Amino acid sequence: MTVYRHAAILAALLLICATSVAAPDAKRQAQLEHLLAQDCGACHGLHMTGGLGPDLTRATLAGKSRDNLIATVSQGRPGTAMPGWAPLLSQDDIRWLVDLLLQGYPAP
Amino acid sequence: MIRSTLLLAATGLLLSACVQPPLRGTGDLGVVVERATGSVQIIESDTRTALARLEGLGDLSHASVVFSRDQRYAYVFGRDGGLSKIDLLTQRIDQRVIQGGNSIGGAISQDGKLIAVSNYVPGGVKVFDAETLQLVANIPATPLADGSKRSRVVGLVDAPGQRFVFSLFDTGEIWTADFSQGNTPQISRFTEIGQQPYDALVTPDGRYYMAGLFGEDGMAQLDLWHPERGVQRVLGDYGRGQAKLPVYKMPHLEGWAVADHQAFVPAVGRHQVLVMDSRTWQQSAAIPVAGQPVFVTSRPDGRQLWVNFAYPDNDRVQVIDTETHAVVADLRPGPAVLHMEFTARGDQLWLSLRDGDQVQVWDPYSLKQLSTLPATAPSGIFFSSRAQKMGY
Repeated sequence: MTVYRHAAILAALLLICATSVAAPDAKRQAQLEHLLAQDCGACHGLHMTGGLGPDLTRATLAGKSRDNLIATVSQGRPGTAMPGWAPLLSQDDIRWLVDLLLQGYPAP
Repeated sequence: MIRSTLLLAATGLLLSACVQPPLRGTGDLGVVVERATGSVQIIESDTRTALARLEGLGDLSHASVVFSRDQRYAYVFGRDGGLSKIDLLTQRIDQRVIQGGNSIGGAISQDGKLIAVSNYVPGGVKVFDAETLQLVANIPATPLADGSKRSRVVGLVDAPGQRFVFSLFDTGEIWTADFSQGNTPQISRFTEIGQQPYDALVTPDGRYYMAGLFGEDGMAQLDLWHPERGVQRVLGDYGRGQAKLPVYKMPHLEGWAVADHQAFVPAVGRHQVLVMDSRTWQQSAAIPVAGQPVFVTSRPDGRQLWVNFAYPDNDRVQVIDTETHAVVADLRPGPAVLHMEFTARGDQLWLSLRDGDQVQVWDPYSLKQLSTLPATAPSGIFFSSRAQKMGY
């Protein structure tokens, strides 16, 4: 019984570790946020209100599939100016950026 | 009584003489855009100093600036559709209007009386009186097939004969708007010029308008001496090629460098500066560089080019000899070099470091840094000498 309990705790700890390893650390998050505002913002606008690229406000992204957004950022969109960022960013970076956009960026 | 009136008048004159600032010109001044804070600095190149900061100019991401022909006023085009007229002499905002929802750039007419702005939203060009910023003409772009909106407009320049020339990104067109007969422009439309023209320039003599294409290879060229000949496709190899490399920042065609019958342009996606014979418009060479080039800016004497790059190589600047095509210097000015501007006679080069929060002044002959000025996330640098150049 105790063995099971220990195993469960261990598994839970591992899970937490796995998530915390996956998410970019605070320093990386700051870099990514800067990248979003400045480099993504070159096309999508400093406030994500659009430009050469479409607007990426929370309202516009509402209801869009997270997986599709991650795929778009990773691979780009053929036929448009959107490049794939997979050569420059990790999948964890990209997931974090997409989640930030889905939550609304810049924060209201 | 008379004496006291005279005394009062004399005192008044003396006082006004005291508050009168010393006379000065504006030909050595410029503007540095601080993109994130919606402010600009007015700078002086001779003393390499900032004279003033003006705030309240809105969203200045991708802002650009043109100057009145007397070089006193700077017109700032903001991303949020703001058009601001800045008085460099009194260091004040003289006029400001919100003319659109999302804009990308502007131009001033040959006679200096009209300011044109190209808009993404609503897609088209609006033209204003340069003195009052009152609307003079509205030129809506072609509606998209689904009717939801109009094409975004890019690559707006002034051209001889009181014309503006611009490209329609979504519908692949080049239009000229001729204001020589008054404020109702004569519009000429050139369609099917190529997919997704993303930026354009006019050659320094004002003859050729060239639009870079993003959706396919090549450039679209309009000979403004012979518009009846239509738009020609030139530089067939110019573009992303078959591999369609990802492009992390759109190259800019401003600063078009022509030297010794060679024209130099940033490649799209590839780590190259392309060289064209400016008589035949055929590619003659490709110079390997450190990253995806954004600006290829010629020193005014044409002997060297300064090149900056897209992320992640945007901390570098390379200097190229136009005669030998050799990279003669590999500089690392600091994080996120966004823009470079030469003084009119080329004795100084100013560059902006967005992430270094500073502007640097370089001697482009000794390749030594002369000084730095603090600035908040600076982007574009524009000297008032642009007032006298076509296409600026």
